Amino acid sequence: MIEKADQIFVLLQHWLVSFLPAGLQPVAGVLLSVVVIVCLFPALFALAVWMERKGLGRIQNRLGPNRVGPFGLLQPIADGIKSLTKEDIVPRSADAAVHFLAPVVLVVTVFMGFAVLPMGRNMVLADMDAGLLFYFAMGASTELAVFMAGWSSRNKYSLLGAMRAVAQMISYEVVLLLSSVAVVMITGSLSLTKIVEAQNHYSWGLPHWYIFTPWGCAGFVMYAIAATAETNRSPFDLPEGESELVAGYHTEYSGFKFALFFLGEYLAMFSISGLGTTLFLGGWSAPFSWLGWVPSWIWFFSKLMLSIFVFIWMRGTLPRLRQDQLMNFAWKFVLPMCLLNLLVAGLWRFMGDGWPRWVVCSAILVLAYVGMGWGEMRRKHFGARSYRYAE
Amino acid sequence: MNPLTGYLLVAALLFSIGLAGALTRRNAILVLIGIELMLNAANLNLIAFWRYGPHPEALTGMMFAIFSIAVAAAEAAVGLGLVISIHRHAHTTDLDAMNRMRG
Amino acid sequence: MSVVFYLLAALTVAGGLAAVMLKNTVHCALALTVAFAGLALFFLDLDAQFAGFAQILVYIGAVAILVVFAILLTKGSETPKEGVYSRNWLAGLAIAAGVFAVLGWAVLQSARVLPGPEGTPTATPVVTVLDIGHALMGRYVLPLEIVALLLTAALIGAVIVAMHEKEGAK
Repeated sequence: MIEKADQIFVLLQHWLVSFLPAGLQPVAGVLLSVVVIVCLFPALFALAVWMERKGLGRIQNRLGPNRVGPFGLLQPIADGIKSLTKEDIVPRSADAAVHFLAPVVLVVTVFMGFAVLPMGRNMVLADMDAGLLFYFAMGASTELAVFMAGWSSRNKYSLLGAMRAVAQMISYEVVLLLSSVAVVMITGSLSLTKIVEAQNHYSWGLPHWYIFTPWGCAGFVMYAIAATAETNRSPFDLPEGESELVAGYHTEYSGFKFALFFLGEYLAMFSISGLGTTLFLGGWSAPFSWLGWVPSWIWFFSKLMLSIFVFIWMRGTLPRLRQDQLMNFAWKFVLPMCLLNLLVAGLWRFMGDGWPRWVVCSAILVLAYVGMGWGEMRRKHFGARSYRYAE
Repeated sequence: MNPLTGYLLVAALLFSIGLAGALTRRNAILVLIGIELMLNAANLNLIAFWRYGPHPEALTGMMFAIFSIAVAAAEAAVGLGLVISIHRHAHTTDLDAMNRMRG
Repeated sequence: MSVVFYLLAALTVAGGLAAVMLKNTVHCALALTVAFAGLALFFLDLDAQFAGFAQILVYIGAVAILVVFAILLTKGSETPKEGVYSRNWLAGLAIAAGVFAVLGWAVLQSARVLPGPEGTPTATPVVTVLDIGHALMGRYVLPLEIVALLLTAALIGAVIVAMHEKEGAK
């Protein structure tokens, strides 16, 4: 019974596909999974938008949407209908072909990332040997879509927003990759299913998730920072900072194309949270060994929604960074910490079991963190504001 | 026809397109684009030789391709850095206008 | 030769042609990414998964972005009013055509010595990422170190070359 509940979607897929002739079955199975992913995540998107508006409302001491449906739950549907019926305006001087392609490329590349995420036991669309590399390859392609959107609009705010977004995403992608490499070093595999399996052990009822190791904890924090910056979420939402750039690279988009950008942003958030869950939070494994009877996919999606909640919480709490602060933070603080974390992960791998490696690894990371923070603070001079103009 | 021949022909065509771009365009960045295409054509050759060669398990062609990708990235970074610095100095990226050694 | 091969060849060659022939520089860069993507698909078709994904990550994710950044920093995103081809474009085209003729002739000559389609290995070579890692850390460790050194040198070099040099200013 427990087994059945855990594998319900896999069994359902096998049952549905078994009606087809044997030659078509593998293709039909993949198609079915694709259709489920393409339907499921936009539904989650609607839920997340509602959560975000309600949650932000609560944080800012107001009610949030409460007119459409119970607790405003149908608000996303109303928004969707609104954006579908709006006029689709393309600026006269815009580059029509590129302007049209940009949101399509964005959504397609973001959707591709879901293909390698294990969403439950045996629930992965393409169990690739180089799954993590595939994910990052797809993640890197979204940057080009952002640039296409900004450049083709022929609007200086769009272009500035796109350049900011691309610079930010390139910088933080380095951090994202390096913090994940530590996990790859310990697991010895780029396959995401193997990474989850490596974490699916328990001692004294507690899981062996990577976040509960010194290097994993540091890596997770850096991954979370980089993930926030990659998805252009607050406090790293400079590319679409309303107060300075109207709406960034999608200023000139309206109607359904704008909805696609909005969808792409949330889908990127889901997929990057899913990857973080897989790498550091044990993927679909249960947090305690006695909770092993709960179906694995429930754990994956609960962890996913929890990370979305943290994203919303941060947006309601933290102020936006300045562009130079953003870049300095990435290159001068997070990146050196990431490189050090790689070293620590290597130490952890070769020091063997026992408590010495806990002490040594934690000590190195804490000392480096404190030392670098102290050095940065000392070099800081809070003088009068200075300006540098472009010539 | 051996499948290798097809891949080699495509790679040769791509290499020639890149060469033509590098030799005929005015803009320095377009010349770099042509060079990138040529490098990529060479990569396709390496991978095709690896796949249809007698010892794919030795990984030689694949390794060459991976190293070549890394080297091409370095080449692009330095090349584009040079173009930007030349543009700052001469206010143009037109190669026909850059015909003096004196600054 | 399968349908997939012809489709990919058409895509890649079209992307390459557009990359060197279009007027607008940004369009050229975007066409270049199409050619890169076609090549990455070629690699996947040739069972070189790792190289294919590395191609997408490095070329589309980094090199293409670098190219568009350079185009925008050199104010080259507008279509130039004067011609886009250099003065001696005819000579360049002739050289490229000559190179293609020589290469094509060599390939077709060698096709006669190669065995037919039945004589080639059809079984997919099983190459896991683990094998590649072992090869990189074992037999190819010296090239790996040299590439690391080269990339570091290129990073520093690119920063120094492109850095703003202004006297007496920070």
